[in-house]
Amino acid sequence: MRFVFKTSYDADIKWFKHGAQLFWYILLLAALIALPLIFVWTGNPYLLGEITAVLIFSVSCLGLMLLTGQTGLASLGHAAFMAMGCYANILLLQAGLPWLIAFPLSGLLAGFFGTMIAFPVLRLHGVYLALATLAMSIITGDVIDLTERWTGGVGGMSVPDIDIFGFVINKYANPYAFYYLCLVVVVLCVAAYRNLLRSPSGRSFAAIRDSEVSAQAMGVNLTRTKATSFFLSCTAAGLAGALFGHSATFVTNETFDIVMSITLFLSIVIGGLGFIHGAFLGAIISGLIPVLIANGRTLLSTSMGININIPGLESALFAGIVIAFVLFEPMGLYGRWLKIRTYFELFPFYRKDMFRRQKSYLKTERVQ
Amino acid sequence: MDFIQLVISGLANGCVYGLIALGFVLIYKATEAVNFAQGDFMMIGAFVCLGFTNSEFLGLNFWLSIVLAMGVMAVLGYLFDWGILRHMSGQSQTSIVILTIAVGFVLRFVAGSVWSHEPVSLETPFAGEYVRAGGLVLGVNEILIIVVTVLLTLGLYLFFSRTKLGVAMQAASQNQLAAYYMGIPVKRIQSMVWALSGMVAAVAGVLFASKGAIDPSSGLLGIKAFAAAAIGGFGSLPGALVGGLIIGLIEPLSARYAPDGFAGIARIAPYAILIIVLIFRPGGLFSQTQKKKV
Amino acid sequence: MSAPLLDIKNATQRFGGVVAVNDVTMHVNEGEVFALVGPNGAGKSTVFNLLSRFYTPAAGSIQFNGQDLLKLSSDEVPSLGIARTFQNIELFEQATVLQNLLVGRHRHRKTNVLSEIFFTPSARNQEREHRHAVEEVIDFLDLQAYRDKMISGLPYGVRKVVELGRALATQPKLLLLDEPASGLSVEETQDMAFWIEDIQKQMGITVLMVEHDMGLVSAVSNRVMALADGKELATGTPAEVQSHPAVIEAYLGTSGIQKGGKTDKKKKSKGAAA
Repeated sequence: MRFVFKTSYDADIKWFKHGAQLFWYILLLAALIALPLIFVWTGNPYLLGEITAVLIFSVSCLGLMLLTGQTGLASLGHAAFMAMGCYANILLLQAGLPWLIAFPLSGLLAGFFGTMIAFPVLRLHGVYLALATLAMSIITGDVIDLTERWTGGVGGMSVPDIDIFGFVINKYANPYAFYYLCLVVVVLCVAAYRNLLRSPSGRSFAAIRDSEVSAQAMGVNLTRTKATSFFLSCTAAGLAGALFGHSATFVTNETFDIVMSITLFLSIVIGGLGFIHGAFLGAIISGLIPVLIANGRTLLSTSMGININIPGLESALFAGIVIAFVLFEPMGLYGRWLKIRTYFELFPFYRKDMFRRQKSYLKTERVQ
Repeated sequence: MDFIQLVISGLANGCVYGLIALGFVLIYKATEAVNFAQGDFMMIGAFVCLGFTNSEFLGLNFWLSIVLAMGVMAVLGYLFDWGILRHMSGQSQTSIVILTIAVGFVLRFVAGSVWSHEPVSLETPFAGEYVRAGGLVLGVNEILIIVVTVLLTLGLYLFFSRTKLGVAMQAASQNQLAAYYMGIPVKRIQSMVWALSGMVAAVAGVLFASKGAIDPSSGLLGIKAFAAAAIGGFGSLPGALVGGLIIGLIEPLSARYAPDGFAGIARIAPYAILIIVLIFRPGGLFSQTQKKKV
Repeated sequence: MSAPLLDIKNATQRFGGVVAVNDVTMHVNEGEVFALVGPNGAGKSTVFNLLSRFYTPAAGSIQFNGQDLLKLSSDEVPSLGIARTFQNIELFEQATVLQNLLVGRHRHRKTNVLSEIFFTPSARNQEREHRHAVEEVIDFLDLQAYRDKMISGLPYGVRKVVELGRALATQPKLLLLDEPASGLSVEETQDMAFWIEDIQKQMGITVLMVEHDMGLVSAVSNRVMALADGKELATGTPAEVQSHPAVIEAYLGTSGIQKGGKTDKKKKSKGAAA
C-alpha cells in the first residue's frame, strides 16, 4: 500500500496523485501514439478504423458520463445531440467555414439547442428528462427527414473532408491522421473533464446527484447547474457526432438512431457510472461486442460447420451483460477493477463489505 | 363521416397506449420504479396469448387463451419483482431504469427466438368482421378494444376502492413505512402490483394484436405509452388513459390533416406533444406536485 | 440593544388542514446559541425549512441581518451566511469527506465554468483558498482520519460531524443545527457540546438548533424556546423553560392523561401528519 504524504494544497489539486500514476498514464498515451505503427507495419489499417470509432464513441460516453455519472441525470437520447453536432458541422463546412472553427462551433450549437429544448424539463424529476430525451432521440430521424432541404433526409448527405490549413484529412485516404485527430480531441475532453472534477462545478454536479436538498442548502442553484452539466454533455456529444460524421463520410436520417442512444447509455453503465475510466471501458466493450460476435460466428462456421445467425443476439447479449452488472456490480467494470486493486493493496486485510453501500428501503423523492 | 371514422380508430389505438401507460403508472405509483420494459411486457403478453390460441401452436379457445395469458403475465410480473427488483431496493431510480431497458432488449430477443421475428397475426374469432352503422364502417376489434378498456378501467377502479388488497396497495404506495407499520406486507404487495401490471399488459397486448400483426419490436410502442403517461402526469391512473387517448387521436388526425409533404408530422406528433406538455405544464395534465421532505 | 440577527414575526405554515407552525414570533441575537425544543411534530424542523426557504410561510415575515429572507430562493439563502444541517443527514454519499466539505465552499465561488474547464491560474488560486479553509474545518473537527474516505462507508457518528463540518465550511453567520446530537453516543454528544461552544465563542457564529437532548440544550444554549403543536409555549433561559408549567404539561401530557385518551389521540394524529 502506498502512502502519499501531502505537503501542500496542490497535492490534492494535481491531476495525478503520485509519480507512479503519472508514469502509467504517460505510458498509456505513448502506447496510443505509437499504436498506428503496428498497422503501418502490417499494412492493413482496418482495425485502426475500429479503434478510431471507439475513440469517437468514448468522447460521447464522456459527455454522457458527465451528465449521468457525475450529475445523476439520465439521458436516453444522446444520439440526437450527436446528430445535431454532425449536421451542424456539415452545414458549417458547406457554408465555407474552416474546420478548426466549424468543429468546435458544431459542438457548442449541439449544446445550445440541446439545452434549450431540455431546459424546461430540467426543473423536474430525473425521469422526465430521461423521457424527454428519449422522445427527442426517437424523432431525430423524422426531423431530419422533414428538414430534407438542409439535411438531405433519407437520401443522406456526404461529409466534407477535414481541412486544417491546407492539410486534408480523409478517413480512407489518411486513416492515421484521422486517428491522431480523434486522439487529440479525446485527450482534450479528458483534460476538461478532469479540470471540472477538481473545481466547484464538478463538485456541485456531484452534490446534485447525491442530494438535491442539501445541494440547495449549500447554495447550489439546481436548474442552472443541471443546465450547465447538460450543456457540456451535449457539447461533447455534438463534437463526437461531428467526428462520427467524418468517420462515416456519409450520413442519413438513420445514422443516429435510438439504438445508438440506448447503447451509449448502457455502455457507461457497464463501464462504471461516475468514473472517467468507465466511459472508456464502456466504449471499448460496446465496440468490442459486435467484433467478438462476428469473429465467434466465423469461428463456429469454419471449425464446426455450425451457422448461427440469430437476429438481435448482439443487443440481447449486451443487455444481458448490463443486467448482470446492475445486479452484481453496480459500480461497473471500473468499480470491479477498484475492488481488485484494493484487495491486493490491503492483502490480506480486505473485507468483503468494504465497498458496500448503505441500503435504504426506498429512496423516495416524494412527500410522505 | 371520415372524421368520425378516424376518431374511432384513433380512440382504439389510444386505448391500447392508455392501457400500457396504465400498467406503467401502476408500478410507478406503487414502487417508484420506472418500468421501461412495459411495452415489451405488452408484446410478450400478446405473444403468449398467440402461443395458446394460434392453430400452429396450441390452438386453444381464444377467450381461454386470454385468461391464460393474463395468468402467465401476472406470474412473470410477480417473479420479476420478487426475483430481481426486490434485491435492488435502495439503489437509485436510474439503475432500475437501466435494468428495465436491458430487460426489454432481452424480452425482444426471447420473443423473436421463441415465436418469430416476422410479424404474426393473432387468430381472433372476430378477425375481419365489420359493423355498418349509419354510413360508418367499424371494425369489431376496434369496438371491442374500446369496450374492454372501459370495463377494465371500471374493474380497476372498483378493485382499488372496494377490495382489501386494492386498498392495501394504495396505502403501500402512499406511504411505505406507515403501511408497513400497519401490518401490510409491503414487499409482497409490490410484487402483486407488478403482477397486476403484467395482467393489464397482457390485455393491452391482446387488444393491440387483434388490430393487426405483432412482432417483437412492437414493444417499442411502449415509448408512446410513456409519452402518454407523462402527458397525463406521471402518478395519475386516469391521466394515463387520457394521455393515451390524446396520443391515439393525434396520430391519425395529424396524418390526415397535415399539409402536403409533411406526412412525417404524424410520427413526430406524439413526442412533440409530449415535449410541449413538459414545457408548458411540466407535471403533466393531472399533475401532483411533490417534493422531498427533509 | 441592537437589531436581532434573525427576526421571525408571526410565521404560519400549513400543510393541508394541519397548522405546523402557528403564528410563531421569535428572534435570535447575534452571538448567542438559541435552542428550539418540543415534542415530535411541534414544528421545529418546519421552522428550519422555512428559514431554508424550502417552504414559503402562509403568513408572517422573516428578516435576516436586516434583509427579507422571503424574497430569496433556497439556493440564495446560503449567500447571506446561513448554513444548516439536516435531521436525517443529507450528505453527498458518493463523494469523499473532503469533497463534501468543499461543496460547502460553493457560496464563495468566484470563477465560472469556462475558467474552471481551462483551470486558469485564478481558478487554481481559488481552489487553494477553498482547500485552506476546508483544512481548518477538518482540523477543528478532528476529521483528518476520514479526509479521503467515501461518505457511504462512514459510521453514523462521523457523518454527523462531517455534516457539521460542511455547514462550517460555508463560513456562516448563522448556523442551523437540526438535532445535532440525535443518535450519538454520550461521548459523541459531549464532543458536540464542546464544538458548539467553540463555534459560538471562538468563531463567533450564532447558532440556532433543534434538539431533544435537554442535557445538551442546557449545557450550551443561552436561550430556549419551547414549541408544541406549532405554537410557542415559553421562551427564556434553559432553566426557566424547563420549569415552565406549560412545557411540563406538553412533555408529560398531564391534561391528556386526566381527560382520558381523547386529547392524546388528537395529538398523535397531528404529530403524524406534521
